Amino acid sequence: MHRILGKQILSPNVTRLDVHAPRIARIRQAGQFVIVHLTENAERIPLTIADSNPETGAITLVIQAVGKSTNELVALNPGDFIRDVAGPLGHPTEMIASGHALCIGGGVGTAVVHPIAQGLQHRGVQVTSVIGGRAREWVIFEPELQRYGKVVVCTDDGGYGRKGFVTDAAKEILAAEKVDIVYAVGPVPMMRAVANLTRSLGVRTIVSLNPVMIDGTGMCGGCRVSLGNETKFACVDGPEFDGHQVNFDELQDRLSTYREFELRSTACASGKCRMEAITSSPA
Amino acid sequence: MSARITTKQRMQITRQAMPEQDAAARAANFLEVNLGLPERLALLEADRCLQCKDPRCMNGCPVGVNIPKFLDLLTAGKLAEAAQSLLCDNALPAVTGRVCPQETQCEAVCVRAAKGLPVGVGYLERYVADWAREHRDQLPQVKPEPTGKKVGIVGSGPAGLTAAGELARRGHDVTIYEALHKAGGVLIYGIPEFRLPKKIVAQEVERLQAAGVKIEYNVIIGRTYTIPELQEKFDAIFIANGAGLPVFMNVPGENFKGVYSANEYLTRINLMAAYDFPRSDTPVLNGQRVAVVGGGNVAMDAVRTAKRLGAKEAMIVYRRTHDELPARAEEVHHAEQEGVKFEFLTAPIEVIGNDKRWVTGMKCQKMKLGEPDSSGRRRPEVIPGSEFVLDCDVVVVAIGTKANPLLTATCPDLKLNKWGNIVADENGATSIPGVFAGGDIVRGAATVILAMGDGKKSAQAIDLYLAAVPKPVNLSAAV
Ligand SMILES: Cc1cc2nc3c(=O)[nH]c(=O)nc-3n(C[C@H](O)[C@H](O)[C@H](O)COP(=O)(O)OP(=O)(O)OC[C@H]3O[C@@H](n4cnc5c(N)ncnc54)[C@H](O)[C@@H]3O)c2cc1C
Ligand SMILES: Cc1cc2nc3c(=O)[nH]c(=O)nc-3n(C[C@H](O)[C@H](O)[C@H](O)COP(=O)(O)OP(=O)(O)OC[C@H]3O[C@@H](n4cnc5c(N)ncnc54)[C@H](O)[C@@H]3O)c2cc1C
Ligand code: SF4
Ligand code: SF4
Ligand code: FES
Repeated sequence: MHRILGKQILSPNVTRLDVHAPRIARIRQAGQFVIVHLTENAERIPLTIADSNPETGAITLVIQAVGKSTNELVALNPGDFIRDVAGPLGHPTEMIASGHALCIGGGVGTAVVHPIAQGLQHRGVQVTSVIGGRAREWVIFEPELQRYGKVVVCTDDGGYGRKGFVTDAAKEILAAEKVDIVYAVGPVPMMRAVANLTRSLGVRTIVSLNPVMIDGTGMCGGCRVSLGNETKFACVDGPEFDGHQVNFDELQDRLSTYREFELRSTACASGKCRMEAITSSPA
Repeated sequence: MSARITTKQRMQITRQAMPEQDAAARAANFLEVNLGLPERLALLEADRCLQCKDPRCMNGCPVGVNIPKFLDLLTAGKLAEAAQSLLCDNALPAVTGRVCPQETQCEAVCVRAAKGLPVGVGYLERYVADWAREHRDQLPQVKPEPTGKKVGIVGSGPAGLTAAGELARRGHDVTIYEALHKAGGVLIYGIPEFRLPKKIVAQEVERLQAAGVKIEYNVIIGRTYTIPELQEKFDAIFIANGAGLPVFMNVPGENFKGVYSANEYLTRINLMAAYDFPRSDTPVLNGQRVAVVGGGNVAMDAVRTAKRLGAKEAMIVYRRTHDELPARAEEVHHAEQEGVKFEFLTAPIEVIGNDKRWVTGMKCQKMKLGEPDSSGRRRPEVIPGSEFVLDCDVVVVAIGTKANPLLTATCPDLKLNKWGNIVADENGATSIPGVFAGGDIVRGAATVILAMGDGKKSAQAIDLYLAAVPKPVNLSAAV
């Protein structure tokens, strides 16, 4: 059982939870994630470790409420417990040793970019971050990222920072400055756009993929993604990959596999399908 | 052997049939298919054993269960003693009685098989084990003297559980690390409820915990800790992390929506209870026409599960014939009774999908059997021009598993073979002193009883190894 040590609402649908997991807090590295399993009947869902505090034993999870499991998690309060937290999983981020890195975060992806920027700056790499959100209240982790270098904020409505997508700002930076590597984490369309942009420029680009997972240990193969002609298991071979090789269409498509179930699951959580729950169970 | 009954009388008793749920009813539920022999039939069946002086059945059992002994005690009504005898040879008899391929092991060589049917060793093993589960208080509990030696075990499948039991019995301080949130390995995430009720596995795990075995869940060795780190904490280590890396067919269309590995399909349903969606949160696609590729136990479990989830057509697609099916005979028989269809001499070459990338079928080739290959089985050969499309909306790939490299990649000193399996001698000793390994990670995908046999042998070897390790000076911390 893992106690919730702290909670903070970062944006209308993004919540930060600090969760007691001392072993993971001590050894986790940027790019790694945990599998969280709230209760006996819950799903196992992957969440990136956004930060950690080895002294308090806390790991920081930044959660966007998109469906039943994530909504249940963000409803937790300090003092509540999570049944299982497994990790750290996945490979640590591939980091350059010197030079200039452009870190691009879209929405909740910004939280995943945070430990990467932190790690890079720690090694003496120059970090520029480009982060985006729908509007001002959706922009997260801006003050944290400012500790590691310049931060450019983009909002769709231009009400805060510059108007437009993170890719527009990234394009300008890539044109004006020498960039050795790009890290892009966010919605699939955003990562695809960044990869397309940097491919023509020949700048190495790392993306963090979010396929559906169960075990997170390489046992089920449900998280498979295509890189060129090769199949990789994101949980053990990734979750970060060379963005120029990733088949984003397939990833996006596979992410929609359970859409109908997700709608039912959410409807049931709100009590709308009591009848269905009773009638649909196996005889 | 009692003179209560003569050999001639024994020979006259015919093999008792296992009572089972009606095929039509069970194809729509997840309850256990086999109901277990009632007492009267169990005693009759046990009387069929001739109590051979040189019992061949024992040679057929990979762990050498003393079959005539426990059967003799059973017929004498000494159930506690029968159970004790059985448990001494086999740590999980309630499991093996249900899932061992008896027809190729103990029962295959029973003398009674020469003329008629062998003694139902599996059924009787199950009978005695189930009695023992319900009468735990009648079995003697011995509390061993603590040795102060610590053993770490990786994985809670049959190999890990068996080793843990053996080591705890000898007074060692045992901790199991399990990557998932439940113990049992394939017994819990792979083999379905209708063949092995989860309650049985849970009871076995509780029994070990009562005997002092500690289990830490959600710990992935290779990530949370490495083997070198465990070496600092423990006097010896047993690695039993199984062969859990699914093999895919490597054909076009395999990443369409609706294609599962058997591991994923079964894990969603067994470990995550997807059959109970939306009361449990994990979904699974319940196809109307489910094609399962493969012919082993895993394939049979997947196809029978599909049937239970409501598939109108649940099919096995296998490139050889009925006679070469590697699954347990009983599973094939049960699948047939439940209405599973078999497409023999058929090999998929492509998964076909619609414009939304949902599976709609599988392009297959017909095969014929040619000359025997190195394994002695006749090699399937393609019949040119025989392509056809098999309509289906879910495909489950059950063509095998490989060694998962997650652990071994972080322990470079561990010697592996060319398939990535850990190299271990007959006692489970690996290339690292004090580190032992067994089960599927050493053998490749094998069986429950072989994994248990490895767990037992390694535990004995570890016990000897530990006897040579000096006792820790500070025992007070242990109390
Ligand atoms: C390595 C990795 C790291 C991630 N890190 C974060 C993070 O730091 N913060 C965050 O908010 N989200 C993160 N995600 C995504 C997060 O796991 C999903 O949003 C979550 O599982 C959705 O569950 P749900 O029941 O709330 O939504 P659902 O209604 O079930 O699904 C909503 C969406 O989430 C996807 N999804 C559903 N189940 C899973 C699953 N078991 N695994 C992955 N995706 C799933 C669906 O395809 C769908 O697009 C990460 C995913 C991966 C693979
Ligand atoms: C669907 C199915 C049906 C089968 N049916 C039969 C049958 O009828 N009869 C039969 O005899 N055999 C059957 N088998 C085969 C049998 O189950 C296996 O041979 C046996 O379970 C192997 O035991 P094991 O202890 O080596 O490994 P497993 O049972 O695979 O257990 C390994 C355990 O280690 C854990 N683990 C893995 N990696 C790590 C890590 N890095 N750190 C910590 N823990 C880890 C896993 O989560 C798992 O719990 C079947 C297999 C399957 C998949
Ligand atoms: S363990 Fe398996 S092979 Fe051995 S006697 Fe029991 S059922 Fe037969
Ligand atoms: S070989 Fe058959 S008859 Fe003989 S002891 Fe074994 S089970 Fe009994
Ligand atoms: S989540 Fe199962 S293999 Fe990656």
